[in-house]
Amino acid sequence: MTAMNHSNSILAFDRSLAIDERSWLTRGALVTAALFVSVALFAPLLAWHQPIVCKYQGTYHFPAVADTFSRIPLVGGWIQKSKPFRFPSFDARTALDSDTFALWPPIAYGPSEMIAGANLPASGAHMLGTDDRGRDVLARLIHGTRVSVRVGVYSMLLAGLVGIIIGGAAGFYGGAVDWICSRLIEIMMCFPAFFLILVVMVWIGNGVTGVILVIGLTQWTSIARLVRAEFISARELDYVDAARSYGATGSYIAIRHLLPGALAPTLVVLTFGVADAILLEAGLSWLGLGVGSEMATWGGMLRDAYDQIRTHPGLMVAPCVAIFLSVLCCHIMGERLRRSLDPRNSYGRSVA
Amino acid sequence: MTSCGLDCRTPTPHDNPLQHRQNGVWHYLLKRILLTIPTFVGIVLLTFVVIHLAPGSPATGTVGGFGESGVSAANHDRLREHFELDAPVTKRFGRWIMRVACFDFGQSFADGQPVSKRIIERVYPTLILTFSIIVIALLIVIPVAAYAALNAGGFVDKVILGACVGLYAIPPYVFGMLLILVVGVALDWFPFSGLTSEDHAQMNGWQRLVDLINHSVLIGACILYPLVAYLVPFVRATMLAVLKEDFVRAAFARGLSRRRVIFRHVLPNTLRPLLTVMGLIVPAVLGGSVVLEVMFSWPGMGRLLYESILQRDYPVIMGMTVLSAVIVLGVTLIVDVLYALADPRVRYA
Repeated sequence: MTAMNHSNSILAFDRSLAIDERSWLTRGALVTAALFVSVALFAPLLAWHQPIVCKYQGTYHFPAVADTFSRIPLVGGWIQKSKPFRFPSFDARTALDSDTFALWPPIAYGPSEMIAGANLPASGAHMLGTDDRGRDVLARLIHGTRVSVRVGVYSMLLAGLVGIIIGGAAGFYGGAVDWICSRLIEIMMCFPAFFLILVVMVWIGNGVTGVILVIGLTQWTSIARLVRAEFISARELDYVDAARSYGATGSYIAIRHLLPGALAPTLVVLTFGVADAILLEAGLSWLGLGVGSEMATWGGMLRDAYDQIRTHPGLMVAPCVAIFLSVLCCHIMGERLRRSLDPRNSYGRSVA
Repeated sequence: MTSCGLDCRTPTPHDNPLQHRQNGVWHYLLKRILLTIPTFVGIVLLTFVVIHLAPGSPATGTVGGFGESGVSAANHDRLREHFELDAPVTKRFGRWIMRVACFDFGQSFADGQPVSKRIIERVYPTLILTFSIIVIALLIVIPVAAYAALNAGGFVDKVILGACVGLYAIPPYVFGMLLILVVGVALDWFPFSGLTSEDHAQMNGWQRLVDLINHSVLIGACILYPLVAYLVPFVRATMLAVLKEDFVRAAFARGLSRRRVIFRHVLPNTLRPLLTVMGLIVPAVLGGSVVLEVMFSWPGMGRLLYESILQRDYPVIMGMTVLSAVIVLGVTLIVDVLYALADPRVRYA
């Protein structure tokens, strides 16, 4: 069940499940989330077909480091322009002369590199084995994390932005603007998200950016509804009247007085939304309509496992565990956030 | 609704809401039904924009996207004709609305059949499955959630909640692959491909029904468990909130039996919020059906959409998109009407 709406009532598990600051559940979720993000950030340092440091024909090179940072906007452009060194692959790991040395990442295989026999079992060289085309499963898992985290974070940032703008306009101006924005939200909520995403993907084509755009532009409805409700209830409060009385302009009130109150609950919805986005992206990749088959993704790995489910069922373990853990992490963190931001759910005391 | 002869004057919008009691519900229903019209126009407009904002036009040979499989020359001309690309935009949009209203989306590129016929034969299985699964989910959720809420904080409650949180984090397609592996392949209990057996045509009525149900068990389970895992904590939390209300305490104070308080006072107030969630569940289930139906080779809406996307069957794609949104719009309307009839407070909101 992807894209379930989390705005009004989420997994409300009260105090029955110990999700407070010091519980092992919260800590575990935070640590796992941090792990996922750092794996995503530093994927080429963990698994890549180029060495981290190498000395080749007398000079030192850092190809994997360069590839790690080549995705960052400004630095990336500079790195790509400087044409990073490529370690020649013919003698990459075996035949090195005395002057040449290379420090390889822990997994010295790229995610799309067909290096060994197909469907090898787990071993020292391939800790999770290889898939049907002889690609290292662990390397694919690591680089799949990169896609999932990027899609999850960026699409939710986009959804948050759109949701805050539309919901905020509706709640702040009221009247005709509110009517139009509310209809817009209603219209978007009528489309099964996956249907709309699939249809738009036909036009946009494969690619991470396309997936981020499509998910971000379809998943903002719950945020917009939430922000609208927050703005409407806060608009009537005394401190807003006070601000108006000393001559604050509309945009000042909206940004300085109304928005901060709406941001906290938005953050909760966004945290749950990251899980939904990861699920949507994996579903798209499973169908072969998402990021594209040339990139390693969790959904694509699941599809490869599905295609030979009778012969090599073990292949599905790694992507299944990764998806499950990331989604669970987001849910626990979201629930934790919700509880700490909602005064009615504070520990032990109830305001009402 | 009690009618007290004193308040029979025509209501005006500025009246105290409690004063136009008798007209409240009809007023609200009329407003609610009229509000679906702009939403419907919006749905039609959005699909129109999606197809016409595409790079080039829907009839352009290669629209980019997946591979080189563009639109053939014959289809190109049919598309130009079908979407009347030479006419002005306003006229095109008017025609598109008329087409949607008449449920006429032209002919499928794949086999030349009318799109509406192709869609309708695929809509039935998905809708029947979706709604029966929702009913089954409610039958499971309500007793389980009620038990958890009445024993809140206990061991069983914690186990139920923990199981729900864990289950909800498993994506349906992962669960589906596990089911195929364990129940379908290893144990061989249920078929996991298609909707009918090969000898379906030779069966009598009862055997056919059993055959259909057999083929829907695994995909049904994949739709069912996230629903249950989502709804149990929701209903439980609602019920806990209701249990804290004054009227429940008052009912106990009046000496009513526990059973009567729970069934007559707590449950109705718990189940009403459940109605509103239905409007969110239906699009989620329909959207989730795409991957599941492809996985189980199940001939429903989701798989039709997937197939037509692979074949670039634009008339079918547009028809499916509009239809799915209209189904959700209808469900939301019905839910809101039922809610207004069930809860007098809504009418005055």
